[in-house]
This record gives sequence, C-alpha cells and structure tokens, in this order.
Amino acid sequence: MTAANANPAAPVERDPHYNFGYLDESTKRMLRRALLKAVAIPGYQVPFGSREMPLPYGWGTGGIQVTAAIIGAADVLKVIDQGSDDTTNAVNIRRFFGRVTGVATTESTRDASIIQTRHRIPETPLAEGQIMVYQVPIPEPLRWLEPSETETRTMHALAEYGGMHVRLYEDIAQYGHIATTYDYPVMVNGRYMMRPSPIPKFDNPKLDCSPALMLFGAGREKRVYAVPPYTSVKSLDFEDHPFTIEKWDECCDICGSENTFLDEIILDDRGSRRFVCSDTEYCARHAAENESPFRDDSEAQRTAAPQIGIDAGDPAHVGAAS
Amino acid sequence: MYVAVKGGERAILNSYDMLDDYRRGDPALPELTLPQIQAQMPLAVSRVMAEGGLYDTHLAALAIKQAAGDLIEAVFLLRAYRTTLSRLGSSLPIDTARMQLQRRISATFKDVPGGQILGPTYDYTQRLLDFTLEANRHTTPLAPANAPLPAAMPRVTDILQHDALLQAETPLPGDPAPFDLTREPLRLPAGRDARLQNLARGDEGFLLAMGYSTQRGYGNTHPFAAEIRYGSVEVELFIEELGFAVTVGEVEVTECQMVSQFAGNADAGPQFTRGYGLAFGYGERRAMSMSLVDRAMRASELGEAGDAPANDQEFVLYHTDNVEASGFVQHLKLPHYVDFQASLELLRRLRTERDADVGSAEVDASAATSPTAGAPAMKRADTGAQPALASGAESAPAAVPQDQEFTS
Repeated sequence: MTAANANPAAPVERDPHYNFGYLDESTKRMLRRALLKAVAIPGYQVPFGSREMPLPYGWGTGGIQVTAAIIGAADVLKVIDQGSDDTTNAVNIRRFFGRVTGVATTESTRDASIIQTRHRIPETPLAEGQIMVYQVPIPEPLRWLEPSETETRTMHALAEYGGMHVRLYEDIAQYGHIATTYDYPVMVNGRYMMRPSPIPKFDNPKLDCSPALMLFGAGREKRVYAVPPYTSVKSLDFEDHPFTIEKWDECCDICGSENTFLDEIILDDRGSRRFVCSDTEYCARHAAENESPFRDDSEAQRTAAPQIGIDAGDPAHVGAAS
Repeated sequence: MYVAVKGGERAILNSYDMLDDYRRGDPALPELTLPQIQAQMPLAVSRVMAEGGLYDTHLAALAIKQAAGDLIEAVFLLRAYRTTLSRLGSSLPIDTARMQLQRRISATFKDVPGGQILGPTYDYTQRLLDFTLEANRHTTPLAPANAPLPAAMPRVTDILQHDALLQAETPLPGDPAPFDLTREPLRLPAGRDARLQNLARGDEGFLLAMGYSTQRGYGNTHPFAAEIRYGSVEVELFIEELGFAVTVGEVEVTECQMVSQFAGNADAGPQFTRGYGLAFGYGERRAMSMSLVDRAMRASELGEAGDAPANDQEFVLYHTDNVEASGFVQHLKLPHYVDFQASLELLRRLRTERDADVGSAEVDASAATSPTAGAPAMKRADTGAQPALASGAESAPAAVPQDQEFTS
C-alpha cells in the first residue's frame, strides 16, 4: 500500500563509535523513568536531566532524547517536520538516528512504530502500539500569562487555569474569535493544562482518545510530558464559542483532499497561489490511490465545488459529531 | 507540476562540503594546527573550556578550528562531546590557596602578604595596534624569574575572614554532595551550588552585561575586588582502594572574590559578604562578572531589596547558557509554515468578517449598533453550522472518516 512512498534516502551507516541511541545507558534509564512518570500523570510536566545533544537546542533536542531513550533495534522510525518527511531538519534527525542506531526508517505513517514530529500530527490515523514523539520548544501553557516557572508550577498544582480562559475570552471580545491558531491549550484527562507543542489547532482533535502513545520532549526547558493512549484531551473553549479548526475554501492541488491541513504555495508575485497537503506522505498516497481505475468520481465533483470548508455535510466531520 | 521546496539529503551533504571549503579558506595558506591554536589563542581556548564545561585544551582547540573561530559554536561542539563521556568520579575540592600563581592582585589593600603580582595582563597595555605583529617576529622565550613564588599564598578573603569581617562560607550541615547541573534539571529556588555551576558555564557576554547592570544601578551591590588570582592548581581524586588522595592532573583557573557590604540582621552584625567567580583557564572578565552576578542573586537570602534583573534568579539562570540561547534563537530559521498558515487563515477570516461588518453597517444606516457591537451577532450567525464539529472534536478523532475513505 505504500509502494509509492518507499524511502528514497540512502540508508546511513551505523557509527560504532557511539552507544546505541547516542546517549549512555544510565542517561536513557533516567529518561525512561521520567517518561514513566509522565505517562502516569497525563499532561504533567516532569523535569529531567536534559543532556547536550549534537543538534542545537530548539531544533528537536527534547524529541531526540525521548526517541533515543525509547528506540529499540526492531523499531521503524519516521521523522517529520511541518508534516513533511523531506524538510531539512527531518532529514537531518533521521540521518542522526540512522547513524547512532542503524534502525530502519520509513516515510509511511502506517509502517512506523515511532514517529518523531515537529509541528504536525500525520493525517493518517494512528494505531495502537505506535508512539508519537513531539519536539516541544516551550512546554508551559501558562508561560505567556506568567513568565515565572515557580509561579506556573504552583498554578498547575492548584489547577488554577482561570487566566487562560480570560485570555481566550478577551480574544472573543476583541476579534469575535479565539485568536490562538497553533499551540492551542488543552486539558488532559480533566486535570492538567497542556501545550500540545506548536501543532496547528487543526490537529488538536487527533490527540483526543488516540490509540497511540503521545510523548512530548522539551530539551532546552528540560521537561517531558505525555498523553497515554485513549486519554481525554479537550481543547479549551466556551459553550457559546465552541472549539473550531482551520478550514480552507480550497482543496489540495495534488491529491484533491479537502479535509487535510493545507500549505499555501506562492507561485508568483501577482498573488497566484495554490494549496497542497502539509502531510506529504498522506498526499502522495492519496494521489496514487486516486489514479487507480476504480476511483469513485463523486469526489472529483465535490472537489470542484466552490465552497468546501466546514459544513455539516462534510464527511470528515459528520462522523466525528456523533 | 510544481515541486514543493524540499530540503533533501543531497543539499545537506553539499552544505557540509561548502562549509569545509569556507572554513579552510585559501588552500595556498598553511592550515592552522591544533598546537598553534592551543599556544597562540589561549584566551579563546579558556573561554571554550569554561563555557563548554570541559577542561581539555586539545579538544577545545579542535572545536575552535572546526567552528572556524566561532567560539559559541565551539562551546556547543565541546558540550555535545562531553555528553558522551562517562563520569568516573568526583575530585576533591581544588584548593586555590595552593595555586601556582601567574597573577594575583587585590584592589582592597595596597599591599598583601605575598605581594601584588601583575603577571601577563592586557590591563596596562596601551591599546594601540602593534604593527610589528604583522610580520612574524622572532621572539626569544622569557627568562625564568629569579625566585619562584611560594607554593601557597593566602587569599585576601582568608585574611578578612580571620577578623570575622567577612561572612564565612562553610559547607552545609552534613556536607551533602553538590548539585550537578549537568545531570539534573535546574529547580527553583536554586541553591548556591546550582547557581554557581550555572554561572560557571554561562555566556561571558551575558554575565558581563548582568554584572555591569548591577554597577549601573539595577541592583544594589557595591563590590570591591578583594582578590583576583590566576594560576594552576592540582586536581586530586580520593581513591577508595588506596585510602588516600592522588593528584590526577593540573588545571589552570582564574578565581575572583568580590566583597560587598552587608548591613547585618538579627543573626549577624554588619559584615562583608562574598560574590564568587571561577573560570577554567585565564578568564578574568568572566570570573569578575560571575562574582558580581553571584552576589546579586544572594540579595533575597540576605534580606536586601531584590527587584533588579540581576537579582532575579529565574531570569538570570534561565538565560545564561549560550548553547541553549543560540539554538533557540536560530531555530527561527527552521520552517514554520504550518503555524504561519494557521495564523494566515485566521487573519484572512478576521479581515473578511471586518469587511462584511463595515459593509453591513453602511447599508443598515438606521441601526444604532456600531460595527464592533455588530460583530458578536455576525459571529453567531457565522458559526451556526459549527457546534456539531466542535462537540465532535471533543469526543472522537475527526480524522477517522478519512481513513474509512481510503481503506474502503
């Protein structure tokens, strides 16, 4: 099913000078203990002894340390950045793990056992047994409300989250909308407020009750946190201003998807643009399937409709509304 | 068909080659050797060792060469290497009173036991470019001093402490093992051991600016440089099997002890308190800055007003590390088009709604509502179809139907 997405990158040779996964075994054990605590207290930020990694802080050192701690020789690793397997940072991290673990890498979401990501959750639904590893720049959801770490830890302990609701309300009063579009705050398991790393809020619903394990690593800030499988993750909202996700009038120019997150590509300096799926692996697979002779024509007709966006008839959302 | 901008492995590999070429420069010139860097750029080596948290002049020189002279990049290289080293043990505390001195000055006393030793310093050079350095001068090594300095020389602070004029620095009850910043996350409020470790690896420029700010009025320290000394000390390791300590090596360090007046409180009378700075190698600016910032962060424990940036532990400690700072600032060059797209989408929607509001306000001239007051009504009409989606978002992954689309 994923023949079209066979990994084009040449495998990187395992470098025997470094321990499996770069980190030494005692560091990996320290990380695993922190991760177990994180899984036991969903959404709680666990401090850990973050190490200097050979990639810069802010470029995924938290995610890399989490992956290094959990990866085994039998794992299949996928790395994406902005939804794409072949952005430079994703390529670089995949090469790093090739060099220090020698594990198989893939671009297929379905074939991967560990998916390290920056800024996206794949469009293809995740399955039980899969682990998502998120690279987190700022783990603290309350940071822009309160710059002091001492204060925010107390606020979490007391579940004192009113300030965030006030902030979202102020957006509504000022703009008529909640103006947070990514890193949209969520409540995990009804207890801890969590920052879902800067994924667009489009991806927030995918966190809720996902069958996959979600691990978040912030290297510079030295925190890990987790959402275990089948855990409630609720995006903050109000009864009269329910949580909504981004919508486009356009569909993907390559595969015709109308319910994926789209990137805008500027074609010239006269305002021409086109939209393509941010998740390149999903897009390529979808496009390949669309070319099959058994394809239903109805989708092509819907694609041509001028207004797609979010309407009650959109199949992506009818099922979800039950 | 349009091909999306892709990074790709080949581009990365090519960038390695181009960087190599850039770093090497004109191949007609002889390549820098590590001994040259070690011997002729010792202050750069010192800074890289201090901020890299690893005492190894050879590796620091290698890092400087590999980083093409970018010292923060060199610090990063050394740190990343350091991560992979296993911890064999902890040395005994070094004794800076038994330092083989190269330099030792005090600004608080005209003369001190052992004397003032200027040593190699830029302090009293006139900062005139020395054009004789343009050509390779043939220099003869300096003749050794007539008499060696004594092996042990008392520190000025020890003399002050003898008169109880200076607050004593004593180990905590039970002498617990010090915090290890390289193995544990910083926790606040941080103990002085953690703070000093943080400052010891902190960016020299940041420490300098923070220290400077305390002198200019952001913070209330009136420090005196009781003593600055630079030289080499022995590093001793206690070997359990032998039952005694053995010297495993020698390191060069620069130490600075600043004293500031303290008004006293219920427990102690007025006395001087100490700010401490220590750096690998020869790093006087760094050691002095560190001791200023160390003292500034003690404001709250000494019951002083602590409202300046340098008094704020959390502000200082979270922003000293240049490997962290450099990485995070430069991560902004990574693609952010997903987040940007999400913002763009919202901005377009807000502008569309605003245009619609302005339009409707003009048409409906009899309505008393202003355009902004009309916004909530528009909004409600807008989102009429959305609650189904929103409630769904809370109960089930919206992506499930997509999957059915593909698998069916």
